Amino acid sequence: MKKKNGIWRIPVLIVIFCVYFSPFYILTVISFKSATDLSSRWEFPAAPTLDNFRTAIEQGGILKALFHSFVIMVIAVLLIVVVGSLAAYPLARNKSKWNKVIKAFVMGIMMVPPLSILVSLYSIIVDMGGVNQYWGIIIILLTFELPQAIFLYSNFISSIPTALDEAAALDGCGPVRTFFLIIFPQLKSVTASVVILAGIHCWNDYQFSLYVLQSSEMSTVTLAISSFFSQTTSNLNAASAAALLAILPVVVCFLCLQKYFIKGMVDSAVK
Amino acid sequence: MNLFYIPALILFSIFVIYPLCKGIALSFTNWNGYSQTYKMVGLSNYTRMLTDKNVIRAFINTLIYGGMSTLLQNVLGLALALFLNQKFKGRAVTRTLVYLPVMIAPLIMGYVMYFFFSFNNGALNDLLAVFGKEAVDWLSDGKTAVAILTIVNSLQFVGISMVIYLAGLQGIADMYYEAADIDGATPLKKFRYVMLPLLQPAVTSSVTINLIGGLKLFDIIMALTSGGPGYDSHSLSTLVHRTYFASENAGYASAIGIITFLLIAVFSNLIVQYLKKKEVEM
Repeated sequence: MKKKNGIWRIPVLIVIFCVYFSPFYILTVISFKSATDLSSRWEFPAAPTLDNFRTAIEQGGILKALFHSFVIMVIAVLLIVVVGSLAAYPLARNKSKWNKVIKAFVMGIMMVPPLSILVSLYSIIVDMGGVNQYWGIIIILLTFELPQAIFLYSNFISSIPTALDEAAALDGCGPVRTFFLIIFPQLKSVTASVVILAGIHCWNDYQFSLYVLQSSEMSTVTLAISSFFSQTTSNLNAASAAALLAILPVVVCFLCLQKYFIKGMVDSAVK
Repeated sequence: MNLFYIPALILFSIFVIYPLCKGIALSFTNWNGYSQTYKMVGLSNYTRMLTDKNVIRAFINTLIYGGMSTLLQNVLGLALALFLNQKFKGRAVTRTLVYLPVMIAPLIMGYVMYFFFSFNNGALNDLLAVFGKEAVDWLSDGKTAVAILTIVNSLQFVGISMVIYLAGLQGIADMYYEAADIDGATPLKKFRYVMLPLLQPAVTSSVTINLIGGLKLFDIIMALTSGGPGYDSHSLSTLVHRTYFASENAGYASAIGIITFLLIAVFSNLIVQYLKKKEVEM
């Protein structure tokens, strides 16, 4: 029991490594193979080529899709941060009966699976003229990411001493100024969590975008990739190159900011 | 100050509550999704569901995707957390590798998995060939397809459970283990009577997240099987999509959506209540 040697860990690590590394390996290999190279997907390309990336960019419009996704993500996340933290402030500070009802209502919204209301939500967006518009998809992402943001923010604001608000009130700050000048600057770490969680969801969204952004001109990354895979069944290599380009920004962000990603996940899960 | 949540409430009313009510209303009609006129058809959409083989199949599949993924992710997640909570070289890299797929769009993961499970030139069949085995058409059988989708979903998102359990494990003070040591507890008993009870809050969080994610499964199915072969691997989410767009039966799609909502709400609430009660008992 005292001195265990760690040899048994090696096979376990090899299995984990194989399972989790192979998808990235296969995707990369296929992206660099020419379409005529029919060797096993495990084999490294005999003559690595960048043609697939060229096809993905020129025919698949993947760069434009990356741009659309980026714009949608940035605006949606900004709005989520502002609307979410604003809504959380009174819910965390003023624990009246009415506010408790509101909080329970917001948590209840989290339970509503988007798919169960997609049909009527879609027809509402059609009526409002939001189909194929940035604002159409942004407002939906905003709505469905809000409950989690409100949850995270109100938990965090509860931990800030109310003395801070009172001091601001004594100095003559109204609630609006108190919030923006005193409270909001305290929220940096929880805002990092909100930005990361909401950002990933917006970037990876497929279900909402599929309904709202139907024109190929407005495709986001996920939509561009799915149309690539369904249209060019003969050219899976270019589709993989597109997929690789789509996940690259996320992977790089994750590797650089890993600490914050994990913290965000744990904050959102554990009260 | 209470006015601060007005923008959020307006958004929820317009884009969640109103569509929910409208969805309930539409579920009693025969609307096709685009025409101006439609008739009330009473409960017929709901009675039709009871005898619709495809809906029943999708209903069972949804329970499998939700239940089995939750089970797999928690068992594997806890195992990984226990393993990666030990000190050894390379554990940080391993944690990163396991958590990385959580960041990847499930849709893209589905397409990547297609390279593994496709019949021609599939990576798995190539591996079988190395061992001299016949190639298998993995996705041609409904039951296998459902199992593959469940496993792919579980392995992709097991990192969430792992991270939650790691945080839980790190929150357990050493003195509990020391006390158990003094009482002469075996490692197995320490796990069962010390660690598991103290991890109960982590179990609740992890199960809730996995369950809701699994019951909503959509992207991976769309990418890997599109619900096929036939209707065999549809979840309720993908079936709603198909019924609305391909079959142009918006009224029926709404009814399936409402039933899905009730299923998820009731099912996840029951489980959360049960787990919360267990937390209190501990």
